[in-house]
Amino acid sequence: MPKGDVLERILTGRPVVPGSAKGIALVSKEPISFWGGISPRTGEIIDRRHELSGAIVTGRVFVFPHGKGSSTASAVLLESVKAGVAPAAIINLKVDPILALGSIVSDELYHQSVPIVVLEEKFFFSINDGDFLTIEPDGTVRIHTKPSTK
Amino acid sequence: MAVKLSKSDKQMLGCQQGKATRTAIRILMRMAEVTGATEMMDVSQGHIDGCGLLSDAGLEFAETLAANGGKVSIPTTLNMGPLDLQNWKQFGVGEEFAAKAIRQAKAYVDMGCIPTWTCAPYQGYLTPRFGQQIAWGESNAICYANSVLGARTNRYGDYIDICAAITGRVPKCGLHLKQNRKGQILLRLLDIAPSVMRDNAFYAILGHLIGSLARGKIPVIEGLPPDPTSDQLKALCAAAASSGSVALFHAIGVTPEANTLEEAFHGEDPEQVIGIRLPDLLKSMSDLSTAGEGVALDLVILGCPHFSFDEFRQLTVLIRAETEQGKSLHPDVKFVVTSSQTSYALLQRSDFLDVLTDFGVEITLDTCVFHTPMVSPETKVIMTNSGKCAYYAPGELGAAVAFGNMADCVRSAVEGYVCRKEMFWKES
Repeated sequence: MPKGDVLERILTGRPVVPGSAKGIALVSKEPISFWGGISPRTGEIIDRRHELSGAIVTGRVFVFPHGKGSSTASAVLLESVKAGVAPAAIINLKVDPILALGSIVSDELYHQSVPIVVLEEKFFFSINDGDFLTIEPDGTVRIHTKPSTK
Repeated sequence: MAVKLSKSDKQMLGCQQGKATRTAIRILMRMAEVTGATEMMDVSQGHIDGCGLLSDAGLEFAETLAANGGKVSIPTTLNMGPLDLQNWKQFGVGEEFAAKAIRQAKAYVDMGCIPTWTCAPYQGYLTPRFGQQIAWGESNAICYANSVLGARTNRYGDYIDICAAITGRVPKCGLHLKQNRKGQILLRLLDIAPSVMRDNAFYAILGHLIGSLARGKIPVIEGLPPDPTSDQLKALCAAAASSGSVALFHAIGVTPEANTLEEAFHGEDPEQVIGIRLPDLLKSMSDLSTAGEGVALDLVILGCPHFSFDEFRQLTVLIRAETEQGKSLHPDVKFVVTSSQTSYALLQRSDFLDVLTDFGVEITLDTCVFHTPMVSPETKVIMTNSGKCAYYAPGELGAAVAFGNMADCVRSAVEGYVCRKEMFWKES
């Protein structure tokens, strides 16, 4: 936890692909297609119709409801791990098997996965963009919010 | 593991059938846990999407499986690959990329896959039958197999597809089970003129709209004409699978699990009923374009999903109509059609091919503009009749896109700028 941050809440989720991670939340309320939506070379969101177009997912805890579109999403996630531009972890509202697959294959091939947690609605929508999150293998998500500067 | 294993699953996990099979079944078991399946089931046909995207990780995965003795155990077709295997040099693809793409193609063919190299496998070889349990990748093909053919597949993403083909096993869950194929939301087409529904663009536009309305539910369409062509349903599937995650829809009186509303909803009521009127379609149509009327055009892309023989025929008729008036392809416009070897073999037996090539149509096989680097970075404006291509082009190709029907694409290619005269649907 960064110095000066205050532990705010502990959320219990389902570890779809279990693992530990920490990072700053990148939050979208919109689903996204990884293929055609995120560059596996740079980690940039390249779906120009998406509200986060231009943002970089690398090292962030990427929070979005679920994936959509192309079944090539798993390949984009695997390649982004190999290229070192993957998100630190993913938090979804519902299980997305294609994203889980990308993370599991990455684990089998490179012994490195992207942890994925599914949270129920009230927890999911309580995460704000910029929150610092830690994720534990049992699906626990800890939200740390920066102290108010007011 | 909570997943119940059969004797053969245990043998596969125990490495008795080789290392590749063990990796494949391990990935499938972990995916069974993700999806909450408690047991595995057999599938009898596969379609591999993982061969399409060329990435170092994807190549490594395929070559590792092949080197470890991976062989498919069920008939398995291949989606388009990252390269036009015979003509890639004509399309300006670099040697280094081609070498890797050829290695990836070899790995999948060495594992026993059938080199169909197409994203429209349902229009070519080994079309699945009603009720057949299959493991297919490629979003448009998944939607078509489930909805139009009544075969049963979940959305198999890259890499689990080859795992299923090697083992012949998948987690028993989702759309493999009849109870999960029940329609959930009813989409009623209201007051749409028959002339609109005869326009091929209608199907891509409707698909794009359905994808955005479905929100993870299984949509049921009421009011489609009873006799759409395979190409029209292909366009609908491709657009719906791109803008949403539609893996299955029903259309009353059209698709095989929806002879009646009652059958489509398994005797229950829809969770939601949504009316679709012409203004909704017009909005969906404008949502597919990021480039407006009159903008200088660089490239026309047709064949997303891969062009069928019948689409080549329609294109020939449209091009003939232009050339007979002394019109020709505008010198600043490139005209590309992507297709499969299967459709091309038929095309070579017709007199269409000369008309197309004389006009300047470039036909590329086995691949598509998104997966092989044939679109130059100078390309600023693309026109297409495909909802899927229109959806992905701005992000993947970095170009503005104009959606129009096939006739508008041809006309614009002649004029050199985007002009959509054909597709002006009037509110009647």
